[in-house]
Amino acid sequence: MKHILSVLVENKPGVLARVSGLFSRRGFNIDSLAVGPTEDADISRMTIVVDADDVKLEQITKQLYKLINILKISDLDPSDAVERELVLIKVNAPPNMRPEIVETANIFRANIIDVSKSTLTIEITGTSNKIQALEDLLRPYGIKELVRTGKVALARGKLAEA
Amino acid sequence: MRITGAEALIKSLEMEGVDVIFGYPGGVVLPIYDALYYTKKIRHILVRHEQVAGHAADAYARVTGKPGVCLVTSGPGATNVVTAIANAFMDSVPIVVITGQVATHVLGTDAFQEADITGITLPITKHNYLIKDANQLPLIVRQAFQLAVSGRPGPVLIDIPVDISKAEIDFDYPSDFTIPGYKPTYKGHAKQIKEAAKMIAAAQKPIIYAGGGIIKSQAWDELKELVELLQVPVTTTLMGKGAFPDEHPLSLRMLGMHGTRYANYAIMDSDLILAVGVRFDDRVTGKVSTFAPHAKIIHIDIDPAEIGKNVAVDVPIVGDLKVVLGDLVAAVKKIGEPHADKTRWHELIAGWKEKYPLHYHQNGEIRPEYVVEKISELSKDMDTIVATGVGQNQMWAAQFYSANKPRSFVSSGGLGTMGFGLPAAIGAQVGRPDALVFDIDGDGSFQMVSQDLATVAANKLPIVIAILNNGYLGMVRQWQELFYDKRYSQVDLAVGTPDFVKLADAYGIKGVRVTEVADVEKVLKQAIEDREPILIDFVIAREENVFPMVAPGASIDEMLGGIPGASLSQMIDEGEE
Ligand SMILES: Cc1ncc(C[n+]2csc(CCOP(=O)(O)OP(=O)(O)O)c2C)c(N)n1
Ligand SMILES: [Mg+2]
Repeated sequence: MKHILSVLVENKPGVLARVSGLFSRRGFNIDSLAVGPTEDADISRMTIVVDADDVKLEQITKQLYKLINILKISDLDPSDAVERELVLIKVNAPPNMRPEIVETANIFRANIIDVSKSTLTIEITGTSNKIQALEDLLRPYGIKELVRTGKVALARGKLAEA
Repeated sequence: MRITGAEALIKSLEMEGVDVIFGYPGGVVLPIYDALYYTKKIRHILVRHEQVAGHAADAYARVTGKPGVCLVTSGPGATNVVTAIANAFMDSVPIVVITGQVATHVLGTDAFQEADITGITLPITKHNYLIKDANQLPLIVRQAFQLAVSGRPGPVLIDIPVDISKAEIDFDYPSDFTIPGYKPTYKGHAKQIKEAAKMIAAAQKPIIYAGGGIIKSQAWDELKELVELLQVPVTTTLMGKGAFPDEHPLSLRMLGMHGTRYANYAIMDSDLILAVGVRFDDRVTGKVSTFAPHAKIIHIDIDPAEIGKNVAVDVPIVGDLKVVLGDLVAAVKKIGEPHADKTRWHELIAGWKEKYPLHYHQNGEIRPEYVVEKISELSKDMDTIVATGVGQNQMWAAQFYSANKPRSFVSSGGLGTMGFGLPAAIGAQVGRPDALVFDIDGDGSFQMVSQDLATVAANKLPIVIAILNNGYLGMVRQWQELFYDKRYSQVDLAVGTPDFVKLADAYGIKGVRVTEVADVEKVLKQAIEDREPILIDFVIAREENVFPMVAPGASIDEMLGGIPGASLSQMIDEGEE
């Protein structure tokens, strides 16, 4: 089962290596990992998506807590969290296909952020499902390049600081 | 006060109460060695290989309960100490490893003798630091010591670039500090403790499975009180040897792969396991899926990650063993009598003990078990410490040496590091100068570190080095005999091994070879009396095996050997009803 771990860490050199090293040496799989600063300059937030059963998740959490740079781990409940991912897709877009592609992008409230003679680059933000749907629709045109940020998430409302 | 980083380091170590450093100098630690030159409070033991410095610091910590410190140079000095760090990590030993590093402005450029030691030791340290601001040095040293000794202890490494050692700072040793992401739990959950007390008082076939955590937490008195209060049999792990007296009537001695038959039968047959300061290592549990099928498990440990890691637990308690066991004793007393009747349980165990004692066959050749047994007997009433190599020698030492006190048995458990014995004996003797220290070693293990006879000689450390010399990498040979049809591939050490007596002599250490059973006791007695460095080369039965033995992957009640009177062909256990 997929879990979204929202992890507050001290903003110090090497913390990312400590976390990713822990996952690889203990054989825990990371689906995605996004890291960036928070409202507090000394603290960063990692959003880690893992595929693990309950026993494994407990072990992951306990092992993470042993890293002294880790301050707080929350296993976000999907029904009580907001999650987003940003994706850039550079798709083949010969002139005759262009209107179709633009229309598809519009339906998804995606933005066209770059145009070249033969390609369009589309930016989409959303949940995994939404992104997957757009990707599937664009695939027949030929996706030349794609980049995903990995998921970022926060608990909803009051629980945000928990 | 303006002083250099190196001086600040030495001052900080003094503030931490460090009285000895095991080390080896080199280019980037020159400023530190220069500062060390002036201190009167810290003794430096110059080893002959950095691995030895690490292991010696490790053993020093194990026998004194204080953190061990070692100091080495960058690059090869640092990488040489890696094995010792991994060893301390696996056995949760508090050491502080100080490595020199190339100057900050050349970090990352593959400068001369640069090695990314914080990167290399990331998975084998509790935490590590690369100091980039000299002003941070005192705080980092303070934190390093605090981390090493508190919670679940472990190695902490501090990497100090040479320009940091030379920089001038205002020295101020921090008295108050916090490590925000580090909050070990010391007090156990009251409700869980109450539940555990009820279960253990009610159990008819309870067993206590005790490990190194008891020694780390100094919880041996609390353990003993609980054991005697409820008359619960106790088995200890290799790391737990000494946590409970081996010769106590309720002791089942060691369990696991080379444990006693009675300990393994008892844990498999138990209805309740109180696991204290242990981690259900595979050498203990054997096949996990068949381990202790009828038992409920209470697991107490300071490291929450150990609970539920290898086996499912019924009552988890996170906390410091001394505190939790103290509370548990109180809770049991509160329940009051009567406790469950354990007469049948004790009878069953007594039967196993009688039927399957640890034993060996005397037949003219020197039996290693006999040597260890003699060491145990002759040193019984003294303040004795036994360090071991790894392999058969280690298992014979664990089986036949009776550790009746904590901090008296020092062995490489988790990592199984050959070459640990001699350095461990060095560290132990330096830490406890008045103790009678043995290194019960293998000929293979000893040869991995024999250069440090020089350290023994230079410091006149009165260690008794007892080599159980079978001319083999004996434990590997045993596996090849049992599981590879006696195809002895690359285990014969006989050719090429030096004459150990002459080797000792070359270092100015007394050396004695013993080839007759009749001389074993005499030579040992003399060595104990003399209290000077001595190497005794016991030429033992070459193909002696360690029994009982649980085959890898088997359930721990399926043991080979260890049945008195049974021939080797009858070795396969018929199973115990
Ligand atoms: C550094 C290291 N290398 C290899 C091994 C694998 N190993 C385990 S026991 C053993 C044989 C040890 O031989 P010796 O020290 O003579 O002890 P004996 O078993 O003969 O008593 C070996 C090679 C190890 N444990 N450590
Ligand atoms: Mg040998």
